[in-house]
Formats: sequence, C-alpha cells, structure tokens
Amino acid sequence: MEDFIDKLPQMDLMRSEKMTLVQLIIPVESSHRCITYLGELGLLQFRDLNADKSPFQRTFANQVKRCGEMSRKLRFFKDQIDKAGLRCSPRHELEPDFELGHLERQLADHEHEVLEMNSNSEKLRQTYNELLEFKIVLQNASGFLVSSNAHAIGDETELHESTYSNNGFIESSSLLEQEMRPEPLNQSGLRFISGIINKDKLLRFERMLFRATRGNMLFNQTPSDEEIMDPLTSEMVEKIVFVVFFSGEQARTKILKICEAFGANCYPVPEDTTKQRQLTREVLSRLSDLEATLDAGTRHRNNALSSVGYSLTKWITMVRREKAVYDTLNMLNFDVTKKCLVGEGWCPTFAKTQIHEVLQRATFDSNSQVGVIFHVMQAVESPPTYFRTNKLTNAFQEIIDAYGVARYQEANPAVYSVVTYPFLFAVMFGDWGHGLCLLLGALYLLARERKLSTQKLGSFMEMLFGGRYVIFLMALFSIYCGLIYNEFFSVPFHIFGSSAYKCRDTTCSDAYTVGLIKYRDPYPFGVDPSWRGSRTELPYLNSLKMKMSILLGISQMNLGLILSFFNARFFGSSLDIKYQFIPQMIFLNSLFGYLSLLIIIKWCTGSQADLYHVMIYMFLSPTEELGENELFWGQRPLQIVLLLMAFIAVPWMLFPKPFALRKIHMERFQGRTYGVLVTSEVDLDVEEPDSARAHGHQEEDFNFSEIFVHQLIHSIEFVLGSVSNTASYLRLWALSLAHSELSTVFYEKVLLLAWGYENILIRLIGVAVFAFATAFILLMMETLSAFLHALRLHWVEFMGKFFHGDGYKFKPFSFALISDDDE
Amino acid sequence: MYGFEALTFNIHGGYLEAIVRGHRAGLLTTADYNNLCQCENLDDIKMHLSATKYGSYLQNEPSPLHTTTIVEKCTLKLVDDYKHMLCQATEPMSSFLEYIRYGHMIDNVVLIVTGTLHERDVQELIEKCHPLGMFDSIATLAVAQNMRELYRLVLVDTPLAPYFSECLTSEDLDDMNIEIMRNTLYKAYLEDFYKFCQKLGGATSEIMSDLLAFEADRRAVNITINSIGTELTREDRKKLYSNFGLLYPYGHEELAICEDIDQVRGVMEKYPPYQAIFSKMSYGESQMLDKAFYEEEVRRLCLAFEQQFHYAVFFAYMRLREQEIRNLMWISECVAQNQKSRIHDSVVYMF
Repeated sequence: MEDFIDKLPQMDLMRSEKMTLVQLIIPVESSHRCITYLGELGLLQFRDLNADKSPFQRTFANQVKRCGEMSRKLRFFKDQIDKAGLRCSPRHELEPDFELGHLERQLADHEHEVLEMNSNSEKLRQTYNELLEFKIVLQNASGFLVSSNAHAIGDETELHESTYSNNGFIESSSLLEQEMRPEPLNQSGLRFISGIINKDKLLRFERMLFRATRGNMLFNQTPSDEEIMDPLTSEMVEKIVFVVFFSGEQARTKILKICEAFGANCYPVPEDTTKQRQLTREVLSRLSDLEATLDAGTRHRNNALSSVGYSLTKWITMVRREKAVYDTLNMLNFDVTKKCLVGEGWCPTFAKTQIHEVLQRATFDSNSQVGVIFHVMQAVESPPTYFRTNKLTNAFQEIIDAYGVARYQEANPAVYSVVTYPFLFAVMFGDWGHGLCLLLGALYLLARERKLSTQKLGSFMEMLFGGRYVIFLMALFSIYCGLIYNEFFSVPFHIFGSSAYKCRDTTCSDAYTVGLIKYRDPYPFGVDPSWRGSRTELPYLNSLKMKMSILLGISQMNLGLILSFFNARFFGSSLDIKYQFIPQMIFLNSLFGYLSLLIIIKWCTGSQADLYHVMIYMFLSPTEELGENELFWGQRPLQIVLLLMAFIAVPWMLFPKPFALRKIHMERFQGRTYGVLVTSEVDLDVEEPDSARAHGHQEEDFNFSEIFVHQLIHSIEFVLGSVSNTASYLRLWALSLAHSELSTVFYEKVLLLAWGYENILIRLIGVAVFAFATAFILLMMETLSAFLHALRLHWVEFMGKFFHGDGYKFKPFSFALISDDDE
Repeated sequence: MYGFEALTFNIHGGYLEAIVRGHRAGLLTTADYNNLCQCENLDDIKMHLSATKYGSYLQNEPSPLHTTTIVEKCTLKLVDDYKHMLCQATEPMSSFLEYIRYGHMIDNVVLIVTGTLHERDVQELIEKCHPLGMFDSIATLAVAQNMRELYRLVLVDTPLAPYFSECLTSEDLDDMNIEIMRNTLYKAYLEDFYKFCQKLGGATSEIMSDLLAFEADRRAVNITINSIGTELTREDRKKLYSNFGLLYPYGHEELAICEDIDQVRGVMEKYPPYQAIFSKMSYGESQMLDKAFYEEEVRRLCLAFEQQFHYAVFFAYMRLREQEIRNLMWISECVAQNQKSRIHDSVVYMF
C-alpha cells in the first residue's frame, strides 16, 4: 500500500512549488542591473528588510522621488496630448535604452517648452476672447442703444458712453484710447455700462444690480450667437450681452464693483453709429490677425506634443520599471562595509539556476569585479504558495484562492475542481439545448481570446472573459448531462434509438390510465423519452436525481477525506491519520456510505424496499426484523455492526488526539522545564541575524484546554456536518428539478400556447417571450445560481474536509506584473 | 423617538455613517505624525502623504512645493469628501451638514469685509477664503459700505441672513465693528445650531450639546481675553457670549468683569472640566491656551465616534480633518523654515 502510494505519478498542480529562501549579496555598482534583470525574470519575491523605516528614510528615496517627479511630468504630457485631441500611436523605433538622468533632462526640457507655449497661447487666447466678446457686445448692444436712444431723447437727456476698460484689456487699450476722451460728467444724466456675462450667473447678477441701485436701473440682455471658450477648462460657455442704464456716479462705482465680482467683462460701446462701425471694423481686423497667430501657435504646440507622444508610452513603462526597481532596492539592506546590498527573498527551487545565470550576466554586463553572492538560507516562517497555472487551470485556481490561498505544499483542490466543478454545475444545469447556447458563447470568447486579452473590458465582460474556460467546460458538461436527462429546451429526443415502452394496443387509448408496457431493453443512454409527460415522470426523475445527488455527494466528500489522508502523509503527521482520518472515514461510510450501497443495490436489483424506512429504523430499532425492506442477506447484523462502528468513531476522533499531543509535548520538554526557550532563542538569533530580526519566534505555547476545545469543535462539526453536508448535496436535485420545470413552463405555456393560435402576431410575441425568458432567466440567472451552488458545494462540503487555506500567495518582483492601475 | 432612533437610522443615515467611519480610519495617526516630523523637506512630506488619502491630490504637483499648495490640496480633498457626503444626505442630515459650514461662511464674510476695508484686491481675498464657506455672491461683499447694506445686498440670500438681526446698524464698517459682527454672528449661529440639534433629539443632541457647549465656552474665554484692554464695555462683552454652555449664565457674569488673564483663570478654574486645561499653564501665560483647548476639543471629538446612530460623527469628523490640516500646515511650515525643534509645539495628535 505504502509503496503503491509512493509510486503514484507526481501531480504538478497538486502541491505548490517548492520554495527556497535565498540571500543575495550584491555589490553596490551592479545592484541596479541585477534587480532589473531579476524583474525581467520575475521569479523572486523580495522580503522587506526595512519595514520599520518610513519611505523617505530608505536608501533610494531620492531616486524614487525622481521617478515620481518624472511620472508626474509624463502624466502632464499625456493630459496635454489628450486635451489637444492628438492620437499618436507609439512609433516602434529602436531607440537605445538611455539612462534615467538623460530622460529626466529631456523631460524637463519638454515640460518647460510645453509650459511656455501654453502660457503664451493662454495670453493670446485671453486677448482673443476679449476681442471676441467686444465684437459680440458691439454687435448686440447697439440694438438697445438705438431703440433706447429715441426713448432717452424724449426724456431730454443725452446718452453718455461709459468710459471703462477692464484691466485685463491692456493690448486693446490703445485701440480704445480714442474713445476715452474726457467728457463732462452729467450728474443727472442717464449713463450706461455694457458688457458680457456667463449665462448661469445672469439671474443673480440682475438681482444684485437691482438691489444695489434700489431698482433705479434698466437692464437689457440678449444672448450672444457664438459660444466662447473658457480658457481655464477649455469648454465652450454660453454668454449673455447686457446693457445697464443708470444714473449717478455712486451707482456707477457700485455697478462696476458688482461686474467685477461676478466676472462680467465690461466693454464701452460708443452710441454714435459711425464710431461703432469703425470700432467694429478695427476689432474684426485684429481678431483675424490674432486667429492666425493662435492657429500657428496651436500647430506648433501640437507638433511638439506629438513628438513627445511618439515615445510617451515607452517612457511611461520605462519610468514605471525604474520606480519598481528602486522600490525593490529599498527593500534591501546595506551590509556593514556599506559596499554591498543584502537582500532576502523567496524563489521557487526550480528557478535557482535561472536566477544564478541572470545574476552572473548582470555582474558581467556591469563590469563589476565582485560577483553576486547567492545562497540558500534556512527559513523560519512558512514559504509562500506558488502554483504554475496555465490559461485553463488559472480560472479554477482563482476560484479556490477566493476561498483561501492554500497552505504551503498543501493538497490543492483546484486539480479536482477542473472536472468536478463543471460537472456539479452541469448536474444542476442539465439541458443540452442550453448547454449548446453556453458553448457558443464560450467558443466566441475563446475564438477572440487573442484580441480580447489585449483590450480593456468592462468589469462584467472581464469576469466572463476571465472564466472563459470554466464556461467552456461547464457548457460541455451540461451538454453531457442534458443528454443523460434527455432534455433539449425541455423537449426529449429519440437520439439513442426508440423508446423501450410502447402502448398496450394500437389505439393507445389507455396510455394515460393504465400505462405503457416495456417491450425491449432499457434505453441505451440516459432517460427514456417516454417518461416525458407521463404521470409518473416527476416521481421517477426525482427519485433518480435525489439518489444520484447523494451518490455524487458521498463520493466527493470521500475524496475530500482521502485528500486529508494524503496531506497528513505528506506532512508526516501519523496522529492525524490515526485519530482523525480513520474515524472520520468510518463514521461517514458506516452511515452514508452504507446508504449509497443500498441505493446501488436497489438500482441493480429493482427492489421495492423503502430506503427511508431502512435508514431511520437502523437508528430507532436496529434489532428489529426488516421484513419486506430487506435488500440482501445479513443486512440486519451488518447494520448493527455499522451503527456500533459509527458510535465508536465519535469518541475516537474526539479524545485521543489532544492527549497524544500533550504526551508528545511533555516528552519533548521532560527534564528541562526551564531555561530552554530563552537559550534557544538566543542561539537562533546568533545563527540567523537577518531573518530572526525580521520575524520574531513565536514560541509554541502548549495550551491543553485550547487544543481540546478545538478538537471538540472539529469533531462535532464533522459529525453534524456529515449529516447536513449530505443533505446539502440534495441541492443538485433541487436545482436540476427547478431548471427543467422552468424550461418546461416556458416551452409549454409560452411557446406551444402561442403556436396554437393561427395569428402570426401572437406567434411572434410567443417566440419573443420564449427567447427572452430562455436568454435571461434560464441562461443567465440559472447559470449564475447553479454556478454559486457548485461553488458552495466545493468550498464548504468538499474543501471543508481537508483544506486549511491559510497560506499566502507568491508575489514575485516582475515587470510583467506591474500593471497600469497603479497610476 | 428617543431610544428608538437606532431602528430607523440606517434607512437614510446608514450609508453615510459607514462612509464617515471609513474616512475616519484614514485620519493620520500618531505614527504618521512621527514620520512626518522626521521629514527633511517638503518633498519628503509629499512622499509620505502619497501613501495616505491625500496621495492622489498631491501627485500632480510640480516639485518645488510650497506649504500653501499642500494645505490647499488637503483642503480640497476635505471639501470633496464633504461635498460627496452632502450629495448623498437627505433631510435632516443635509441641514446638519450645511450647519457645519456656516462657521466658515462667517469667517469668509469677515475676511472679505476686512480686506475691502484695507483696500485689498477682491480676487486675492477670495483665494484666501476657506472653500467650505464659499457662497455664490461672496465677491459682491466688497460693494457694501455698512452693515445694513451688507445684509440687504448680499447676505439676505445666504443662510446667514437670520443671524444678522442683532447687528443691523447703519454704522460704517471698521475693524472693531467687524470683529463685533463676527462674534455676534457666531453667537447667533451657535445658538441656532444648538437649537437645531436639540430638535433632532437622541444621541445627536446629547453629543452635539456637549461639543457645542465646549465651543461656546471656548469662544467666551477667547472673547474675554481678546477684549481685555480694548474699549469694549462689559455690557457689550457680555452680549457676545452665547446663551448656553457650561459657563452660562453665572460664568458669563464673572467673565464679563475680568480685567486680566489671571482673573479669567480664576473664573475658569471653578469649572472642573476646564480646570485641567488651565492647570497646565503657568500664571500670566496665554500662549499655550489655544493648544490646550484644541487638545481638549480633539479628545471630545474622538469620543463622539464611540456611539452609533447619530449625526455628531459628521461634525466631529469635519472638525478633526480641519485639525489635521492645521497640523499638516504647522509641520510643513516648520520643515520649510527649518524650525524642526518647534514642530511638536502645535501638533495635536488624534487617536
């Protein structure tokens, strides 16, 4: 037996990779190159040896800061390029990998250039905006002035133009100077201020003006035809031209202050039409000049930006890599002489040679006289868990990791999940029509795998894509189970020959009262199509699926227990085998294993025995005669023996293990009850300064009551669990029943009903409703629910039997894993 | 409703309370402050803060940093958090959250009015305003010449309008008047807030009464100390004290007649909660008083998190964040001016 187990072929994914704690002593001059090469290899997980230091106290804090600064500049460029609406694809030219300092200088130059151009164009833009606003005001305000002119003359007052130019308007002031002729201020005269304001501020502006002048003003407004670009956000805003008529000097200062407060730009408009025309002409000519300048500026800037844009992606990845390298270097320690960096980390044992080669190459490339010292260390803590998965197994490994990362070298349930997971799903989702739909979806994802994997997907799509192989396998298995259940959108087909049943006579009149007769061998594969629609369909299928669920459940739980045996064997703990695995096996199989046996015997013999009765009276009155429920000879004594074994198994799994542990503990420390712990710790400190400092030893404090309570809980959980878990597997039956009933309802009550009408419209509606119900309820909701139930059966019922899941994942330092989302 | 608010609180307040408690976990801890105190320059501070909630707000700042930039960005983060909460809030929590910013509004009004009085540029003044206390027509404040105009033109639209009923005079604005206006407004605000919290009932009123009473008492002490040696009469002084709090009414009588700091101390030492604060200081000293009050305030604010199903956590959280920003400002200033020995003088640790 032992030999047989030892000779079993090694399963790759069964145990996580063997890990080794290694120490690197790297000379300072080659350290950067070493880490870079290691990052390219991506098989070494560094341990942070400076965890107690804050980020800016670390050795390479400066370089990290420089990288941060550079990535800020790169973000700035990216932002600017996006703003300018340029789309430049990265040009793959073979630029030599230049060093960081060079890039830094280059980036600083570019940034300076872009900033200068920005500020220039911003100034121009501002002037342009002002001129544009002025033009709009001139065009719109004149209308008011003409109409109010007549009105004003009637009031025997003359309009006086306001002579105000706002302070941002320096360049055009020369243009305005001619209007600034001193004019006798007529205190009683009606004066006006014209200007332009953002549309959303208009109401409040008007209210404020009204309040400030106590209603002694006239407010005219008209929307401008063009939208003006806001220089800050570069969004187009709608503006309103206004003209306020008022009287009095005090009101004027007040209104000007309010205009300023609301950011309304005021422009003087001469009331004389000839002057207006002249002014408009001048403004227009200046506008066209400015436009040309602005365009040229923008073109120049876009050129500069696109030249940056060509290598932007490359620079971004480069800076990100550099930052990762320095972050890793910060995890290393200086040795005493300050000439070497000391690093510790985990690597898979198989990768040791690769790492060695890489380090040698780095030493050679950096012309260092001293090589990197690379040696294996003794580890105190438990190593990280690392599975080498591929595209297919990765998704299943993720499902397992969602529950808990396996303890180092623990049996990995993902190996079995690859088959059991889709299978249990399919038991609940057995319909080969729906299975085909799923298969088509999965095949679509698989066919476009190459394309989809490169682009960013939405969260839902990403989830689907990540689980494409899971869906693919689930689809295949549900086709298989659907064939067994003989359901295609709930319709049975005669794929494997004709039915084993036929009517008693040719008229088939009593088919629904007396029943059919069997005239040949059972249907070769799956359920006989004749069951469909018969009165006994449900009792038959329920009994079949229920029993099948229990058989599947018991076998999966047994597999879990057997895995716990392999775990115990692997970790060399015979206690677990003797006092946990064996009694658990006995308990589970003497009760529910026996039930499975009864089910199989009943199926084979076609007996009429009532299994409920057998199981219940096995406990209530084990000595009583079984009567007509006897399935085989010697059943009664066997039941008594099994019952006794089950009763013995409970204390067996409860008591011996804690006592045995205590005995071992007592023996280990016998005769040296004091002083042991202290010295051992000191010894270890001397031997292994680096690792011991980082991870203090947790001394094994033996607490008997705690262990006993733990064992008590564990045993109770197992005993109660074996009942409830078996019952839990009945969900396989329940969900499969729900699925087939739902699809029957949709098929019969929607599709067939609608087809019964001659009206084409009703038929179309019927088809549409059926299609929607199939797609959303059966294909999406039912898939999800079956998925979740399969998940639960794995996590709780299967993995609960053996899986500890308290490990931690192996996270190597690798450039490939530096993702975009750390931005 | 008292005693049963826990049943229904989560219908409207549960999500936000969860948010604010999550935010609370992001407050800088003593360990963070210790690290920050070891920084050599402002870039180090930025680097340390990049690991905190402020990271994304500071990461796009070009390298020669200034203290103002750090404070500005941190405040921006606070305002964003506040606005997020305000958007999610329903009545009466939204009113409660609005109340939190009225204090800043009063400060901003006073800032702008004082600034205009000294003929400063309005834009410059607006940049100095606390963003939490911004309201639409704040820039128009510069137009007003006296209190009446101030009220009639601008403030009638703001929530501060009801608080103005006590200080409507036609007097021209001067420094003294403005200061009195600030305190009158603050008094009215605190009393209104206090009443509002009483109306809310339950744990909110219980905790907020305590916090607001402390605030009122602190203001009373500050008013007294600041008015010693000015022409403010005793009656006027007494009018500025809020009509609630531990000192009301007998403490106010005594504070109103104080002539020097030691007398204030004598009054305050009669009240056990304040005894501890004053006993830390030597006689004649008022420098450390601010810090002592801040520390006491932070202690009380932290206690507000001990109970569940009430609104005071929002108030407490906002106050703590403001204190955190004050701490950051102090640390950055000390680092920037190479005064690292004084760094611990003004930092108030929380949690």
